[in-house]
Amino acid sequence: MKLRAWQIGLALAAFGLWYLLTAPGLIPPFVFENDQQAAFFFGEPLKIFGRIGSWFFSVADIYQHLAVTLIETVLAFGIGTALGLACGLWLALQPFVAAVLDPFIKALNSMPRVILAPIFAVWFGLGVASKVALGVTLVFFVVFFNVYQGVKEVSPVVLANARMLGANRRQLLRHIYLPSATSWVFSSLHTSVGLAFVGAVVGEYLGSSQGVGYLILQAEGSFDINTVMAGILVLTAFALLLDAMVSRLERRLMKWQPGEAETERL
Amino acid sequence: MTAAALALSDVSCTFASRSNPSERYTAVRDVDLHIAPGEFVSVVGPTGCGKSTLLNLAAGLLAPSTGRVEVFGEALTDLNRRAGYMFQAESLMPWRTALQNVTAGLEFRGMALAEAREQGEAWLRQVGLGGFGGRYPHQMSGGMRKRTSLAQTLALDPDIILMDEPFSALDIQTRQLMENEVLALWAEKKKAVLFITHDLDEAIAMSDRVVVMSAGPGSHPIGEFTIDLPRPRDVAEVRVLPRFVELHGAVWAVLRDEVLKAYAQQLQGAGT
Repeated sequence: MKLRAWQIGLALAAFGLWYLLTAPGLIPPFVFENDQQAAFFFGEPLKIFGRIGSWFFSVADIYQHLAVTLIETVLAFGIGTALGLACGLWLALQPFVAAVLDPFIKALNSMPRVILAPIFAVWFGLGVASKVALGVTLVFFVVFFNVYQGVKEVSPVVLANARMLGANRRQLLRHIYLPSATSWVFSSLHTSVGLAFVGAVVGEYLGSSQGVGYLILQAEGSFDINTVMAGILVLTAFALLLDAMVSRLERRLMKWQPGEAETERL
Repeated sequence: MTAAALALSDVSCTFASRSNPSERYTAVRDVDLHIAPGEFVSVVGPTGCGKSTLLNLAAGLLAPSTGRVEVFGEALTDLNRRAGYMFQAESLMPWRTALQNVTAGLEFRGMALAEAREQGEAWLRQVGLGGFGGRYPHQMSGGMRKRTSLAQTLALDPDIILMDEPFSALDIQTRQLMENEVLALWAEKKKAVLFITHDLDEAIAMSDRVVVMSAGPGSHPIGEFTIDLPRPRDVAEVRVLPRFVELHGAVWAVLRDEVLKAYAQQLQGAGT
């Protein structure tokens, strides 16, 4: 609780400082020539919050854009994770295929994939599909490598024990490899939910007619720095929200892991 | 004569080094080991004498380079389905509770969940863990985890039980408790047991027969002692019987040279 108070305090202090340094006429300008310029370049917190308020409440026109961005994110996250999980499991259990594909996987992973966005736009159009495709390419590799590693590091004793207990190949997959890989997957989900978001927003930014990325692009076109900042804040808030949801799911599914101490000293 | 529960005949097991295939290491050579149904046999030997190799051979996890492994008269070609294996290292699935771990084998064999649960709970009570079924392995002590492993192995009612230094990681009190419990459970069901240990006291206190392995590489049985102490035994009390002391002296006389040999090899290995 004390921790939370400090965190909120720090956030308020940051916004306070921002307000202090940018509000026209509040303190004499010491970097810029006149006192409008700081506000022009860095935006003003009060106007930014006003903009967010009008988006959500008075004009209430952000919802369709937000919905599009979130749908893209969730789809990219879901499809990328499922593909990564499936491919990771498959390759980890097929050493020969894995050895053959190894250089190709490395090449695909080192490729700067954001550059694919225009190609996806050509392939899938300017709608949701091209953004999902970009997000999937980002999410896939993170999950894939983690699952691959997770399966490789299954304890040989646990594996031998399960075999002695009579598990067949399918049961080994279901009861040993999959649960063992999940712990690795979860550590990657935090990264990949962020990347899915990046995929969606960058995709929108490069070409779209809807979404928060599109709003930001529009605002930049008219040098409306306050709206740009407002868009960034909204995106940040939702990224945090998604991350919290992953954490929650993780806590529910991973309760077998020795996590934080289970007894607390009084 | 009925077929042995487990018979290793002329078994050798050679490993090739992965980095240099011409470099070979023979873990066990010319091993003859027969265990009758219901017999409790311990194998003792110095470190690195291929005791675990022996168990893996008996479990079917490892195929012998030469020789035959037979289970109740039938050649072993795949995993040994009639054997339960209690590993030395942690072998419980960390993502399953104690109860789910105990019922895992039953589930794998297609038993209905409710029935498996019932049997699993009965086994947990047998090993003194009734009421702890909901705990995950990381929430249990080392002794509790070993008990769970024991219940997990016994729940499948195997005809042969393979144990690889199952209690070596436990403190001495917990260890004696568990040794007695294992003996009690064994006396009830009379399964063939192949028990690997480096602790001579434990081997003599628990077994019908103690086999001494030579120092590796290429280790093989060099001595066999029938333990004619009366049963039922209490592992703590049996140690003071004159016959126990006598047997201990006899086995140790054979074992000591091998232990010294193995130690000298270790020193040499460290020197090069």
